[in-house]
Amino acid sequence: MTAIAARFNGSGWGPPKVAGVVGVLLGAFAFWLALPPLHTRTTVVPVVVGILGVAAGIWTWSRGQRRLGGGAVVSGLLGIVLGISATQSSVGNLDQVVVWSALLAATLRYATPLVYAAIGGLYCERSGVVNVALEGMLLTGAYFGIWADDFSHSWVVALLVAMAAGAGMATIHAIWSIHLKVDQIITGTAINFLALGITGYLFLQHYGNNGTPGDISNWGIPDIHIGFIAAIPFIGSIFGQLNLMIWLSFLLLILTYVFVFRTPYGLRMRAVGEHPRAADTVGISVYKTRYAAVISSGAIAALGGAYLSIGFVHSFNQDMTSGTGFIGLAALIFGKWRPFPTWCATLLFGFSSALGDRLPTAYGNQWGTLFQALPYLLTLIAVAGVVGRSVGPAASGRPYDKQ
Amino acid sequence: MSDDARDRRPDQGPPDAERALQTGDDELRAEEAEAAPQPVVEGIPGVRTALFERARGFWRFAGPLGTTVLAFFMGGLVVLATGHNPLRVYRAIFDGTGLNWFFHVGSHSIRLPFSTTHVWFWWDTSSIAAQNLQQTLLLTTPIILTGLAVAFAFRCGLFNIGGQGQYLVGAYIAIWIGTSFAHMQPFAHVLLAIVCATLAGAAYAGLAGFLKATVGAHEVITTIMLNWIAIWVGSYLFGQQGPLQNSAQKAIPISNDVVDGAKLPVFWGLKLLQGLSIGIFIALAMLVVYWIVINRTTLGFEVRAVGFNPDAARASGISVARNYTLAMAIAGGFAALGGACDILGWEYRLGPGDIQASQIGFIGLAAALLGRNAPLGVGLGALLFGGLINGTSDRQLDPTIFPPELAGNLTTIIQGLVVLFIGINIGGVALFFRRRRRRPS
Repeated sequence: MTAIAARFNGSGWGPPKVAGVVGVLLGAFAFWLALPPLHTRTTVVPVVVGILGVAAGIWTWSRGQRRLGGGAVVSGLLGIVLGISATQSSVGNLDQVVVWSALLAATLRYATPLVYAAIGGLYCERSGVVNVALEGMLLTGAYFGIWADDFSHSWVVALLVAMAAGAGMATIHAIWSIHLKVDQIITGTAINFLALGITGYLFLQHYGNNGTPGDISNWGIPDIHIGFIAAIPFIGSIFGQLNLMIWLSFLLLILTYVFVFRTPYGLRMRAVGEHPRAADTVGISVYKTRYAAVISSGAIAALGGAYLSIGFVHSFNQDMTSGTGFIGLAALIFGKWRPFPTWCATLLFGFSSALGDRLPTAYGNQWGTLFQALPYLLTLIAVAGVVGRSVGPAASGRPYDKQ
Repeated sequence: MSDDARDRRPDQGPPDAERALQTGDDELRAEEAEAAPQPVVEGIPGVRTALFERARGFWRFAGPLGTTVLAFFMGGLVVLATGHNPLRVYRAIFDGTGLNWFFHVGSHSIRLPFSTTHVWFWWDTSSIAAQNLQQTLLLTTPIILTGLAVAFAFRCGLFNIGGQGQYLVGAYIAIWIGTSFAHMQPFAHVLLAIVCATLAGAAYAGLAGFLKATVGAHEVITTIMLNWIAIWVGSYLFGQQGPLQNSAQKAIPISNDVVDGAKLPVFWGLKLLQGLSIGIFIALAMLVVYWIVINRTTLGFEVRAVGFNPDAARASGISVARNYTLAMAIAGGFAALGGACDILGWEYRLGPGDIQASQIGFIGLAAALLGRNAPLGVGLGALLFGGLINGTSDRQLDPTIFPPELAGNLTTIIQGLVVLFIGINIGGVALFFRRRRRRPS
């Protein structure tokens, strides 16, 4: 415990940082006050709470914690806007949309493919290879997952096949980026094209216009029912019945954190991503490290795709990921290439998707559609530096010339 | 690692010249010097513009041609593997593009565009092949323009992957202006729509350039985000109950039709059958404009200088920030012009489905890469992909020879292969293998 406390002290958990976190929470609180079960009907309350959040943010900003301060300001403003719009809508509509347990469970479901995509991207980019091909790898995993599931009636085999297919795509990316030294963004774009074309072609060739068979849900990735958690009133309805892949994504996060920041292998990978020449000098093989990182990146991202096709919607369609991989990439950038901040970003983006999914039931389609743009907008703000700049690994995107 | 440590970037490694010195090999040194250093700004990788400048003479055409042949060959293997005859399939696709029209030389009396005069001509301008060719050229138009959007930014060392978003923004503005002001004078209406769309696209892309210039946000990340923002905002605008949704039929998620006065004149074929509008001339003119701006103006010189080496450009008094912003803005203007030409030329309306399915911006990227950012190359690349898309559409391809929906995916695969292979620097690969032989370790 003392070590943890020292770490917190060392990283400067002074009043400004605390005020910043409080500011971010105040922003969320301003929105929450206007929602069920409290249903504040006056606009004054969210405005006042939101302004408090903004004020805390400005104070934090002035004390040098610019990222956190900016975050609190944005959060406070969002809280005010969303809070006011919530007070303007009827209680019945709000009750229909905001069922917290269902909303949070949906958040986890939407966030999970993003977690796999983002964590996959984390390995790749931490080793110094930019990965804009996450979308393609996700799509590859989604198709080959459902194809193998249909073929073998076993979700374990399906996951393995999906991982192999994703790794195959990533191997192309690896060879092209590492050995052939092609611009990594061009290669990534090419892989997105290839994945879209190949999965679409195979899907139509194999399943024609009938689509994937309906009995796929019998062989899908199972939901895990945990009796004692399900018995707890509120938490049970969120965590009681979650898909296996969601639990695995939590495990993957912890393992990734331990691997990247607490093992020599992770240190080597980061070294290769930050300063390959220095890493090479001390005897780390830059190429081998990058190959390993890029290929595992593809396998992990493909797991997210497989979750999407055989764990979530139980069918496949051409271009079914439609931007999920790019939201994963956005989450990775928003989370500054670190596992837990990235996870928080996926939850935020997942919540945005879940809300966007539920809004049409009460308010019509159009608002839900706008919520789909929120992750990209927030990431744009994040990279623009308003909320503290996101800077990737130093050697990211640069091929390494061995001497 | 703490934030502070991350901000202090380590040195980016020795520059190429130094690296060449370390190898202590004359031949290698010469080759390394030839492989111009990629521009690096604040630890952000630039695009290897040098790659596209170096090829001369025969190799200028051999690379792209070889890439195309290889991509079609591998696409043919896919077709063969799924039990179709690739040669027959490619023949059917080619016939669908209407490019076979040029082979049917004869003696015909045709009507001149915009008049009732008939003149003698070698080709029959109203045959089926002619109609197919009109479709191909209609598709080529926006691909040329989104290709130029990629190419122009590329010359400034920027990778504009946001052609899709900029194209869409242009299309939205064209729809908005084209469906309002119903009583405007036609020529002014078209001009207003095109100019506003171009400016909007320029502002949209300029934002990415501005962020790159001021805070160093990588343009690839920002333009990807801007792409998706454009897609979802458009889905909102034209979706059900959206602000620009059809005012008569509230159940259909599609915009109003562009009024007749705002449509581009159709000079070949019938307006009802999606004849060829004068948009193709706008695109061809822009190819010329691109060449002139890049090669014959101060702006072009500065843009190229920044693309080659931003540090050197800065040292010689060129404002890198200004050129980044301007280059992206001009690039965005090209792409948005493509969107406007599509809307005013033949689409006339837009719905969320079209927006989400559109890939024109990315196809433009493929065309620009294939064309090595040269005007002629971009034009030919655009014609190749425009033809491919049209030839594989379910309107053109005979389903008994090859199912069109499969062919659409074949097009995507070929695009992917082209982009995959075009990036390979043949010289770099040769260098790698020669080094391998010299040092077996």
